[in-house]
Amino acid sequence: MSQVINSLLVLLVLTGFTLLGSSRLAACIRAVGFQGLLLGLLAILMQDGKLSAAGVLLPLTTAVVKGILLPWLLFRAMREADTVREVEPLITYNVSIIAGTAALALTLWLGQRLQLPSEPPSSLLVPAALFTSLAGIIVIVSRRKALTQVLGYLALENGIYAFGTTVALRLPVLVELGILLDVFVGVFVMGIAIFHISREFDHIDTDKLVALSDVG
Amino acid sequence: MTALLISLLLFGAGAVASLVFARCDRCLRLFGAGGIILGSVCGLVPAIQVALGAVPQSLRIAWDVPYGSFYLRLDALSAFFLVPIFLICALAAIYGTEYLEAYRERKALAPPWFFLNVLTASMAVVVLANNAILFLMAWETMALSSFFLVTFENEKQSTRQAGWTYLVASHFGTAFLLVLFVLLGKSNGSLDFGRFNPASSVGALFLLALVGFGTKAGFVPLHVWLPEAHPAAPSHVSAVMSAVMIKTGIYGLLRILTFLGPMQAWWGWTLCAIGLSSGILGVLLALAQHDLKRLLAYHSVENIGIIALGIGVGIVGLSRDEAFVAVAGFAGALLHVLNHALFKALLFLDAGNIAHATHTREIDRLGGLLKRMPGTGATFLVGAAAISGLPPLNGFISEFLIYLASFKGAVSLGAFGSVPMLATISGLALIGGLAVACFTKAFGIVFLGQPRSECAEHADEPNLAMVAPAFVLAAGCALIGLFGASVVRSLGPLISSVTGLQPLVVAGGLAEAANSVERVALFGAIMIAMAALLSLARTKALARRQVSMGPTWDCGYATPSPRMQYAASSFAQPLTASFRMLLQTREVLTGIEETFPQRAEFHSHTDDPYRSYFFQPLFESITRTMAFLRPLQQGRVQLYVLYIAVALLVLLLWQIA
Amino acid sequence: MVAGSFLPLIVALALAPLMQGVIIRTKSVVAGRQGQPLTQPYWDLWKLLHKGAVYSQTTSWIFQLGPVVWLVSLLLALTLIPFGGFPALSSFSGDFIVVAYLMALGRFSTVLAALDTGSSFEGMGASREVTFSALAEPALLLSFAALARQTERISLSPVLTAISWSAWAHSAPTFSLTLAALLIVLLAENARIPVDDPTTHLELTMIHEVMVLDHSGPDFAMIQYGSALKMWLFAAIIIGVAPPWHRGGPWAETAVSLAGMMVFAIATGLVESSMARLRLLRVPQLLLVAIVLSALAVAL
Repeated sequence: MSQVINSLLVLLVLTGFTLLGSSRLAACIRAVGFQGLLLGLLAILMQDGKLSAAGVLLPLTTAVVKGILLPWLLFRAMREADTVREVEPLITYNVSIIAGTAALALTLWLGQRLQLPSEPPSSLLVPAALFTSLAGIIVIVSRRKALTQVLGYLALENGIYAFGTTVALRLPVLVELGILLDVFVGVFVMGIAIFHISREFDHIDTDKLVALSDVG
Repeated sequence: MTALLISLLLFGAGAVASLVFARCDRCLRLFGAGGIILGSVCGLVPAIQVALGAVPQSLRIAWDVPYGSFYLRLDALSAFFLVPIFLICALAAIYGTEYLEAYRERKALAPPWFFLNVLTASMAVVVLANNAILFLMAWETMALSSFFLVTFENEKQSTRQAGWTYLVASHFGTAFLLVLFVLLGKSNGSLDFGRFNPASSVGALFLLALVGFGTKAGFVPLHVWLPEAHPAAPSHVSAVMSAVMIKTGIYGLLRILTFLGPMQAWWGWTLCAIGLSSGILGVLLALAQHDLKRLLAYHSVENIGIIALGIGVGIVGLSRDEAFVAVAGFAGALLHVLNHALFKALLFLDAGNIAHATHTREIDRLGGLLKRMPGTGATFLVGAAAISGLPPLNGFISEFLIYLASFKGAVSLGAFGSVPMLATISGLALIGGLAVACFTKAFGIVFLGQPRSECAEHADEPNLAMVAPAFVLAAGCALIGLFGASVVRSLGPLISSVTGLQPLVVAGGLAEAANSVERVALFGAIMIAMAALLSLARTKALARRQVSMGPTWDCGYATPSPRMQYAASSFAQPLTASFRMLLQTREVLTGIEETFPQRAEFHSHTDDPYRSYFFQPLFESITRTMAFLRPLQQGRVQLYVLYIAVALLVLLLWQIA
Repeated sequence: MVAGSFLPLIVALALAPLMQGVIIRTKSVVAGRQGQPLTQPYWDLWKLLHKGAVYSQTTSWIFQLGPVVWLVSLLLALTLIPFGGFPALSSFSGDFIVVAYLMALGRFSTVLAALDTGSSFEGMGASREVTFSALAEPALLLSFAALARQTERISLSPVLTAISWSAWAHSAPTFSLTLAALLIVLLAENARIPVDDPTTHLELTMIHEVMVLDHSGPDFAMIQYGSALKMWLFAAIIIGVAPPWHRGGPWAETAVSLAGMMVFAIATGLVESSMARLRLLRVPQLLLVAIVLSALAVAL
């Protein structure tokens, strides 16, 4: 079982790298969606045989929302905003990947040092979770489009979710549902915002929003 | 020891004779070069004996300098560094007899011969000295004599600038060494090497040595003087400086390590980090250069980085009780010291031949020299393959040992301990790949294809004295490549004295490493034989068939011209573009605008990032903050006398009060 | 056992061109053509070996020595590669370093031969060859390091023997990451799609083929044969890692590996028929990914 979990975690890390190195918006959205599916699967596998109805349903809902619903919303936003379907990074893809590698090294080191209340089922879990969050942050910081920032935010949240599965396997259902709803509403609002921004300004380039500033 | 003393005296005699016979050209060549060659041959005998395992010798002469004594000691470590010093200096002297002839009309030739003698002697004393005062005096003499050699062509602004940078950097390093030796000698009041026994703050001493000796060796970021000074010097001096003088920094570091007691893991980590940054930045900057000698100078930074990697891996292995990792790491580093001396001297001498024949060092103005300078070309090819670390030559053997140590460490050390090992493996691989790129560029553009300018078209092979030394060095590269195993085995006493490991343990590790090296050498021998056979078969087969000559086909270009050839800067462009984060290459391209464009231009220039983004701003800000002291400097003698008088008065008053 | 120890080398020498034939045939079939016979590469080599040669006046002995050194270095590298159940002809600590550097030597010689013609196309190819292989080198050696760490051995034959199903079951992520990294290195080093297109023999061909435009006759035969050997060498390492078949004695293992090689060749052909070449500027990124994959494999 631990081999399967490990492989899934490696896939999670690789998806993070895909998010960092890919130039296509569509590929990035798929990567984030894939992360959602992976997380749902991981959350089920980590319960270690003691399956309960809530223990299966909740991860399944997560997987459906993160892996299917949100990507669908984002694809719609991309189509409606009718933007250039390239990521338009502020730094080159190579530098993004190198930054990702540095982040991975950092999280591997942190994973050895971090003291957790309970032993995680795999030594790779903490690094992979932290790395996913860091990859999300790198994307938020270094990409120009509003849509990629949403993607970065989602990756960040995916990382936190993965981390959450280690700390508290039986997180109160209500809290978890709340988080899920939060994310959903967040993406929904951002989708609408992007759509309106692009309608008003013909682009969704956050760099150019500086023009709205009073100071400038 | 007598032989060594005679050899030092011969250098002295050579120096004096060059001054006495300054007017007589033939005497200068005879005595100036003769002193170095005779002295070196005389010194080589005991050096080789001790390097191969004879008993260490020492000599002590009383001396009136406080704390100082003329105390020389020839042990395995000094002998190992002494051999390349004598060898390279002798060959450089032979080369110099012809090379300096070109300057006879314009320059006085006595000073370069004087200073080359002094430089050789001082380098020998640096590695022989067994007393800190003597060591520092020799160290300073070495720096000053090489400074005067660097500024030989002092009518050029760039040369003066280079000399100035070198002088400042040199003294920066020496300042750290001064503190280091004072701290080392403080505990027991003696500055003799044998009596150093530091008990506390060993880490601080290591850092002082690292900066002090690292400046001489050319560790990044203290390397900035190197690519300025080495190209400015006459070629045979560049060879001496790059091949052996910067190695005195490595010698010093190793010597200090023997005083500091058990080595700590973080020293190894530090050296690995320095080695990686020196190696990668060195080769990348070399790749971006347009000047052949500057390119070679940056490769010295790279190779010093490889040596640091070997020492670093060795120290990490030592601190974790992995004897094989330690032994193979140090063996690789030491062998690379010797190897780099051979191929770097070879390449600088050949670069001198090119400059001599074509009057330019600009790679993009050369081309097709292999047909015009066959000897220089063939030896340069050997040097290029050796420095790229390719089998069957010597460079591969030493890099192989460092790889072997790192792989062994990566397998046997845990997750944390294997980090420097894995960094070394990937770093060496990248350095190796980039070095191949850099030297296919250097050899390919300079020697192959068609001449790109007038000056390359009329090049001629210089005479024997300038070609023969390169052949000797090329033979050395091949010999170590094929018989490296016996060199590796003979490093036993040296490594056990540096690492403090039991001689038996060291011998065991070396035997294991030599085993692999032997197989590698066997591969080399088979390779040479197979290549010879295959070439023969090919020639035989073609002899009976139609073989015709024509212009380069090139997909049917009817009249290819030399200017259409790929240039060095375009060859390196994909790599410099990939690493533009580090290199910050500036490119100027005048675009094509009209329908029938008349003229377009492209320039690229790569500054040393540490020079332009660190040292220059640093020194400029120092100049600015110290500007208020300027008015003190008025240039009148009376005023200075006044300063002295006031200073004395103040001191007097202070003393009384 | 003498025959056995020579077997990996003999199989490689005999079947490397066949592998090329299989790839080309697969591509033809996918494209709806009948394609050339599987033995065509052998006939091509035979034909080239019996031809005369044309040399450019610009070239020197470097140009004629290049193909020789290229072939010799690959032949020697192959003596270190085990195949099937048989260990390599020669095996010692650190032999994979020698494999990597022998290939570097081969590259050094072909690049110089290309520059010797003074042609701008060939210079361009040479420049790209050294660029991409410089970036592939760390991925290759880190992959070896990952395999060495997993199996605790530092010689190619024992490493590949030690990789078994249970080793895979124990650390599947490491092996699959290594495999992916090695695959990218293979694509880059052998100038296959998506890095380079080996079939176009004109200036569109960007890397390897453009370097050898001016070679003809026996020289060109040596280059072609060397390229086939190089492809075989990488594929043999990959097939040695997966599938780790150690059952039924060395002969059965060899048979399985041979089948694996052919499947690999067909897969290569399928990939080449269905994929486009990457933009040149994206190739360094692909190689960077290979480095990251191999680094991740070592870190696990």
